[in-house]
Amino acid sequence: MPERTVVVASTHGLHARPAALFAQAAAKAGVPVQLKKGEKSVNAASILGVISLGIDHGDEVVVSVDGEGSKEVLDELAELLATDQDA
Amino acid sequence: MTTLTGSGVGRGIAVGPVLRMPDPMPEPASTPSTIGPDGEKQRVTNAIASAAEDIRARGERAGGKAQEVLEAQALMADDPTLRSDIDVRIDNGATAERAVFEAFAAFREMLLGIGGYFGERATDLDDVSQRVIARLAGVAAPGVPDSEVPFVLVARDLAPADTALLDLEKVLAVVTSEGGPTSHTAILARDKALTAVVGVDGALALADGVLVIVDAAAGSVIADPSENEQASAGAEREARAKRADVPIQPGALADGTPVPLLANLGSVDGIDAAVAAGAEGVGLFRTEFLFLDATEAPSVAAQYGHYSKLLRGFAGKKVVVRVLDAGADKPLSFLTEAHEENPALGLRGLRVLRVKEQILRDQLTALARAGAESDADLWVMAPMVATVEETRYFVAIAHELGIKTAGVMVEVPSSALLAGRVLDVAAFASIGTNDLTQYTMAADRLLGSVSSLQDPWHPAVLRLVREVGRAGAAHGKSVGICGEAAADPLLAVVLVGLGATTLSMSPAAIGDVRAELLQHTREQAVALAAAAVDAEDGKSAREAVRALISGAV
Repeated sequence: MPERTVVVASTHGLHARPAALFAQAAAKAGVPVQLKKGEKSVNAASILGVISLGIDHGDEVVVSVDGEGSKEVLDELAELLATDQDA
Repeated sequence: MTTLTGSGVGRGIAVGPVLRMPDPMPEPASTPSTIGPDGEKQRVTNAIASAAEDIRARGERAGGKAQEVLEAQALMADDPTLRSDIDVRIDNGATAERAVFEAFAAFREMLLGIGGYFGERATDLDDVSQRVIARLAGVAAPGVPDSEVPFVLVARDLAPADTALLDLEKVLAVVTSEGGPTSHTAILARDKALTAVVGVDGALALADGVLVIVDAAAGSVIADPSENEQASAGAEREARAKRADVPIQPGALADGTPVPLLANLGSVDGIDAAVAAGAEGVGLFRTEFLFLDATEAPSVAAQYGHYSKLLRGFAGKKVVVRVLDAGADKPLSFLTEAHEENPALGLRGLRVLRVKEQILRDQLTALARAGAESDADLWVMAPMVATVEETRYFVAIAHELGIKTAGVMVEVPSSALLAGRVLDVAAFASIGTNDLTQYTMAADRLLGSVSSLQDPWHPAVLRLVREVGRAGAAHGKSVGICGEAAADPLLAVVLVGLGATTLSMSPAAIGDVRAELLQHTREQAVALAAAAVDAEDGKSAREAVRALISGAV
């Protein structure tokens, strides 16, 4: 399954607003997306799942996508994570 | 008609229909489902869809930052992870209500466990959970109700989050069954010049749509008034508006005795509003805001910038700055570390600054530097001073670092009782009536269960104020009032009668207080004060003062 490792750029990590933006984008992808920090992996389309990872600024996370057009989806989501949404 | 009574906030009078704020939803019972998993799941699907739609619609109406927050809440409502958790609980026999309640509670615990920014989202989850459960139960969602027409909001009490969402165009007045004169509701009402009566017994029995007259000056709520009563309420409102329509001028009594009216400010943002209201200076500048989000104390240079701006806004006028007051209801991560059983009685105010003296030294240095360059008259005071020795400590360190006028806040009964000794050392005293009431009555300001004791009209509190007033007069030193009490126009007159020489309040209250002071001479104020301190409790003190005034007119 294609995956990408990204360092999270938002100043306060993936709290409500950046997490909402990310979960919405993942839900729109139309294919299952997983977000993983350390050993824990969640459905990336779930804002509560994303928040529950407690991702801070500078944390390394892995996005993985299964299915059609996974490269484009990965590009888009990785860019979202690497952008500071709090700026 | 029925008349209910409580503590009025301000002088307003309003007439309008009641709209009740729904109570928080009770915890759903954990009885087993009777309609089976499929039926329960369908109910959840419908409730979530309609709650999410409602939240999004509110977001669109609010716009801006609020819309982003509400959009995130809508996403939480129809979250797939949460939904699978709810479904598992339903498969195990739970009702839709119970499953939603438990699933949200589990996520809430998890967020609190992560802490920090994430923990703060826990309250969002509570709100969403309540809304979904309200849909399931077929009742109105909790929170401030929406209405097309103006209404009188009736609630148990308002939370800060509710008050932030109040549409002041629509809310004619607020009536609460709980809360005292220092509750969030009262503070907000004062700040926004909103008519309010708080702590009204029987308020929750008022039904939606019932017409009420809310009279803050009388502390009364009249349900189903006659046409005559409505007409006289209207006339009274105009009469009060006319009386309150005093041109902006320095505060004074009817006989010309000056009583400077000063502003309480929490940040430099409030300067313009204070000047516009005719504030003759600043009686309490709270410096906590500079520190609230900080993980370490701000530098001398950063503080200096803020203080300079403040002093520039009040050139030629008096500005009283209170050094950092941390602890109890406003913990600061870099100052208040230890968990205390009774934080209001713990290491707070000046006590904690003594432990971390460098923070105090930096703040005084920044203040002295800003003061030296300004032609404002800078006074600096310490919070939560309990002893003469603490007074001596603060005054000495303030002088050492270049502060010319150093005083103390009188918030603890011990320093009120020894005010003469305290004023031997301090250049002035400023009475913080909120904390003085809390400590005199042994009633935590943050506890609703004892809010009826939080009454600054209580003669025990007033007698302590009198001690300070007498000491001030004997020493020829200024005794200010900077608590919520000074914003209550009638109480303000009593406080002047007890010897207060200046009054400081939120800028919105200055107009009403100025108008009320002009109705009474110094001699009358002293007589009103004497009646108040002779009463047996706050309620009878208020009644005695009102009776004296109506008899005199």
